[in-house]
Amino acid sequence: MKWPLIRILPREFHIDFVRLAPFAAIISALLVLGSIGSFVAQGLNFGIDFVGGTAIEVRTKGPVPLGELRAAVPAAGGHDAQVQGFGRPDTAIVRFRTEGNAFQAAEQVKQKLAVKFPGMEFKPPVVVGPKVSGELMSGGFMALGIALVLMLGYIWFRFQLQFGLGAVVAVFHDIVLTLGLLSITQIEFSMTSIAALLTVIGYSMNEKVITFDRLRENLRKYKTTPLREVINKSENERLSRTLITGSTAILALAGAMFLGGPVLFPLVSTMVFGIVIGTYSSVYVALPIILLWGVKRNDEPAEPLKPASVRP
Amino acid sequence: MITVSRWRIILVVLATLYGLLFTLPNLLPQSVRDSLPGFLPKQTLNLGLDLQGGSYLLYEVDTAALRTELLTNLVEDTRTTLREASIDFTGLGVVNGEVNVRINDATKVEQATKLLRTSLGAAMATGARDVTVSTAPDQRIRVAYVAQALDAQSAKAVDQSIEVIRRRIDELGTKEPDIRRQGTNRISIAAPGESDPKKLQAIVGQTAKLTFQMVDETADIAQAQQGRVPPGSILVPGDDFQPFYVIKRRALVTGEMLTDASGGFNSQTGRPVVNFRFNGQGAKRFADATAQNVGKRFAIVLDNKVISAPSINEPITGGSGQISGNFTTESANNLAILLRAGALPAPLTIQEQQTVSAELGADAIRAGAVSLIIGGLAIIVFIVLAYGLFGVFAALALVVNVLLILGIMSMTQATLTFPGIAGLILTLAVAVDANVLIYERVRDEAHAGRTPIMALEHGYSRALVSILDANITSAISAIIMFQFGSGPIRGFAWTLLIGVVTSVFTAVVITQVLIGWWFRATKPKSLPIE
Repeated sequence: MKWPLIRILPREFHIDFVRLAPFAAIISALLVLGSIGSFVAQGLNFGIDFVGGTAIEVRTKGPVPLGELRAAVPAAGGHDAQVQGFGRPDTAIVRFRTEGNAFQAAEQVKQKLAVKFPGMEFKPPVVVGPKVSGELMSGGFMALGIALVLMLGYIWFRFQLQFGLGAVVAVFHDIVLTLGLLSITQIEFSMTSIAALLTVIGYSMNEKVITFDRLRENLRKYKTTPLREVINKSENERLSRTLITGSTAILALAGAMFLGGPVLFPLVSTMVFGIVIGTYSSVYVALPIILLWGVKRNDEPAEPLKPASVRP
Repeated sequence: MITVSRWRIILVVLATLYGLLFTLPNLLPQSVRDSLPGFLPKQTLNLGLDLQGGSYLLYEVDTAALRTELLTNLVEDTRTTLREASIDFTGLGVVNGEVNVRINDATKVEQATKLLRTSLGAAMATGARDVTVSTAPDQRIRVAYVAQALDAQSAKAVDQSIEVIRRRIDELGTKEPDIRRQGTNRISIAAPGESDPKKLQAIVGQTAKLTFQMVDETADIAQAQQGRVPPGSILVPGDDFQPFYVIKRRALVTGEMLTDASGGFNSQTGRPVVNFRFNGQGAKRFADATAQNVGKRFAIVLDNKVISAPSINEPITGGSGQISGNFTTESANNLAILLRAGALPAPLTIQEQQTVSAELGADAIRAGAVSLIIGGLAIIVFIVLAYGLFGVFAALALVVNVLLILGIMSMTQATLTFPGIAGLILTLAVAVDANVLIYERVRDEAHAGRTPIMALEHGYSRALVSILDANITSAISAIIMFQFGSGPIRGFAWTLLIGVVTSVFTAVVITQVLIGWWFRATKPKSLPIE
């Protein structure tokens, strides 16, 4: 019987993960350079949440057709359109970001909307500031920085310093690549992107700790085996878990990615990318750093091994 | 492991009931919720602005008041500067938006001009000074702000106001408000749901400028009311006890020197009070001032109104104190929030109050909800396919996990936004990871030749190390982001923290109890995941 499916999956694989590390290092380096390059060349496509835009209050004869209006504003040239019913059913507030001369652009959007929605009345456009203020951003970065330092401290305390540094470098790698993706695709960078980024960091950190945990255990178990082989063994033992957890996470988000519509797609695709990258960087950024640095092996107290738990 | 202890079962049952109880109101229509008996929880999830809209307030920063204040300060600075240089003057005051003063000794006009030029105002970004000093006929000197500087000050005041408002609303919990500058000097604030606009206004609209000033005991209030206020003092409205006070202009200590404030009760009278603590500078200034003025009264002034004027019985050196006044518990707590978040740089006046609909369209929300339910189901189907009966246990734990997260979010009135829901789905995936870790461990142990019961025992205890390490790391980052982040970052961190705690509990404890029961009932020879 092949159900549960777990029986199909071998308990231990035999893949030489470490042998691939140099190639992975080259790929990582190229991806990081590409991300930074795109970042410098075109930067992020900051949305209205970050740069602000224009708001116009509109009034229609009957109730405002919010859905149609939402679709019509981008067609009329207003980026990152946000349409909200405002006070009365026949009134709505339209916010959008424009390029170039904000006043002229707003006039243009107004004219196109007036053609599409005959009888629509407009109040004079006003400039709206960003939803994400400077202090919010700098406070957020500070919080993230402190969190990373403390996580490093905790991993140092539970494992060794090189583990903590490996994890933080790997998480940085993930942040850079995720921002790189957002920069290359020019997906609108909004408050939602921040949420996606934080989720990616959380997932990635979780992966690192799970990776280290198996490595630490095997380091205690196989005291004289070279580090390289212990890493390979740990990763092979862990692979079934990594595959199942990774597919669960991606499966959970796949629905939202394909059926969630244009609102969820950028958020969810960023998260899926982050899951893949976070899993990859555990094996090919965090572990190689530890391998190159080396680990202290003999001052760890030997774990009392019972014969049954020694693998064949 | 197999002898499931009683307290564990009780804990699981209680947690499940708790989750059900606090999640249930979300499924009931408003009318049923209202008719529930009082002891049952009625709070529903607080959905974000993107999902359900909310109330909208438009404020204008009173830049005219700000200019008046700047000019008043400039008058005081001019007075001090001239006095310190022993230059006699008359007719110091504001004329046409400029400070105007007449120097008595014609030979000293030039000296005074130079002095004022160097000591007043500050350098601007351009390098030029922000005030101009010029001479006028009849031995007069005019001191005026450069228009540019006034604009810069106003713009700064608007930016500062936005931050103060955000801090104040953050104090109310994770509301995820939308606060933006609108035009040059207006601020729009939207808060989700039925957030009481009155309460929002009480928190947002008050300037909350707090000062401690000495009461001018020598002044005659009746005379002051007729306009004869001694120089260096001002007449301000007071409390129930005394309708008007004459107080010294100079503030002993200001609200910026507070490090903490909280609502509380006076231990003797039992009435609501606000407890506060000064920072080092504030504590020293307050201690010095009270030591010099034993027996006199000082006034606690909030937004130019005396809220109480206690006598100084002895020097107050501890750096902390208590404001008693005509407070209710709620108004004491509100004032504490305002003092913690800081004063607004200029008064705000309300321009407009509206309701706003959800930022996202109904179709977008529906598509999102459907896809996320599919995501949740996909996790359950996958885990059951992968681990069979044990997968069913993990799925049950996951359902309780969802109930607990939603229950705690309803109880703490955390705001659930669209991206928050996607984050929640990923939290569930990580929760499943805990079960995957356990089951893979159990599988290893069983293959190493252990009996089912020993394999379970060892699998759980070994996987627990990894699970705890991973989740403590997450919890650390969540706590830090909640503590130091603001606005939506705090909301995100709070949701993450709830998820971490409930996930560890459900994935470890609940599956353990379920597997324990199953094991006792069936006494299996082998495990379904071997």
